[in-house]
Amino acid sequence: MPNTVPAYGKEAAGRLASMADVTADDGALRRFLHGLPGVDAVGLQARAATLGTRSIKTTAKAYAIDLAISMIDLTTLEGADTPGKVRALCAKGVHPDPTDRTVPKVAAICVYPDMVATAKEALSGSGIHVASVATAFPAGRAALPVKLADTRDAVAAGADEIDMVIDRGAFLCGRYMEVFEEIKAVKEACARPDGSAAHLKVIFETGELETYDNVRRVSWLAMLAGADFIKTSTGKVAVNATPPVTLLMLEAVRDFHAATGVQVGVKPAGGIRTTKDAVKYLVMVNETLGEPWLTADWFRFGASSLLNDLLMQRQKLSTGRYSGPDYVTVD
Amino acid sequence: MSDRLSVLKTYKLYVGGKFPRSESGRVYEVTDCKGTWLANAPLASRKDARDAVVAARKAFGGWSGATAYNRGQILYRIAEMLEGRREQFIAEVADAEGLSKAKATAQVDAAIDRWVWYAGWSDKVAQITGGANPVAGPYFNLSSPEPTGVVAVLAPQDSSFLGLVSVIAPAVVTGNTVVVVTSEKSPLPALSLAEVLATSDLPGGVVNILSGRTAEIAAPLAAHQDVNALDLAGADAGLAKELETAAADNLKRVLRPEPADWSADPGTGRLLSFLETKTVWHPMGV
Repeated sequence: MPNTVPAYGKEAAGRLASMADVTADDGALRRFLHGLPGVDAVGLQARAATLGTRSIKTTAKAYAIDLAISMIDLTTLEGADTPGKVRALCAKGVHPDPTDRTVPKVAAICVYPDMVATAKEALSGSGIHVASVATAFPAGRAALPVKLADTRDAVAAGADEIDMVIDRGAFLCGRYMEVFEEIKAVKEACARPDGSAAHLKVIFETGELETYDNVRRVSWLAMLAGADFIKTSTGKVAVNATPPVTLLMLEAVRDFHAATGVQVGVKPAGGIRTTKDAVKYLVMVNETLGEPWLTADWFRFGASSLLNDLLMQRQKLSTGRYSGPDYVTVD
Repeated sequence: MSDRLSVLKTYKLYVGGKFPRSESGRVYEVTDCKGTWLANAPLASRKDARDAVVAARKAFGGWSGATAYNRGQILYRIAEMLEGRREQFIAEVADAEGLSKAKATAQVDAAIDRWVWYAGWSDKVAQITGGANPVAGPYFNLSSPEPTGVVAVLAPQDSSFLGLVSVIAPAVVTGNTVVVVTSEKSPLPALSLAEVLATSDLPGGVVNILSGRTAEIAAPLAAHQDVNALDLAGADAGLAKELETAAADNLKRVLRPEPADWSADPGTGRLLSFLETKTVWHPMGV
């Protein structure tokens, strides 16, 4: 197996170049994606369900809760977002539980592009990243120049991470090259003048992709195009992150790593509300990818209400009493 | 002799309007007063208690926000449904408490009458606990009763049905939601009451019923930060003291156990125990 390089590092481009034959033209890319082995749906669901039955208690649970908190992309993506709300969320991200300073901070605050500057200012010096959705989130229905301008704006405003959505319409009609080129173009738009670049997360909106086979194909497609992270959903449609889909994406990341040595992160988003769910995902990561991925650099939860449940569980562990929603913030 | 297979009833918990088995998967044997096996009842764990509190909290907004008239109608509807299943409850109470049919009938009838009596209180309680206060200033000063919130109720141990109704009805009629721990020895009438509640337009989660070891379930409820009040009717002196200490942490309202004759006139004591008074100062016009 080739030695590991991070997807956002300089060497990753060289590794991807070794796969250039499959992305050389539309036909080659199609042959490659359709040549990926089909997904055993029943086996996948059974595997995800089995991994969800692990019992994680006491010290292991305390560790999992703190790890999960440190992996959260605390998100507010509403039309009604105000600078005040974003600042309040940032304050919560820095000190999730004001009564207990041993609680770790979250990984990032995820906002719309016009709120990036507000969030950046509120988080200055905290070490928490600002993630911005871009490319006509959540539908992705805009012309490429608009999407690129959206991305450049967010990067210029100081975003550390960009969450782009793919064009599901193009993917579903089989125009894979178009999706591939779009991801590459957005990745280039993530570059900053000083030579560094915002990290790129690619959202698939798996709830709209219909089949597991499509999820495997789009995972490979995005990773070949240079995604630093692959993310399940926008949180704006009926079906969001599910354990089987996330497991499938984790397996795609594992296989991609085995083939190229490039390490790519995974972010399930939407519908993860309880500590129990979060711990199930952590078990899946550990069993599929192992410890190198069990950090906020390589695994994230896109969530808002999850944090409150984690904090209530944390209070339960530290005091022995069940906590209640009166003891966490109303977001 | 009948050649039908016997159809045994599976008693289950009542949480959030659903009938789950205990999360722990445990059951315990319930016997009549002579020790003859009656049925297996679920042996609820602290996690069932936690789930019940979550369900009760979720139901609180809607139930406390419903009009008093509407709550009264629903409680009356419960009495109607009980009347239709009177025979079943008479049989269960007779088994549970070792009573003759006549005495059990008296208990069940009294319980149904009590629902009706408390149902009538829903839109009258504000008149006796609230009202306009005379104040020295140009204000209308109005006090009105509001429900306390989620109430954990330990049902009486000896009176499996009349006693149970006498502690649930006064708490819910004013807009509280409750988590009830049934009589440990005779939980079956309470678990059957759940079937009545589920078919009486009572929103799921307003009443949640758990059976099992009282001390085991009561401890996490008493310490729970999201429970607002505790009715210790079914706790013995030692347990009551322990629970009251645990309840002090978030200043729960606690109703201490007292010897009670459940068939006597209940008075308004329990009705008024789980109310908070809200007072509004309203400036008078110039």
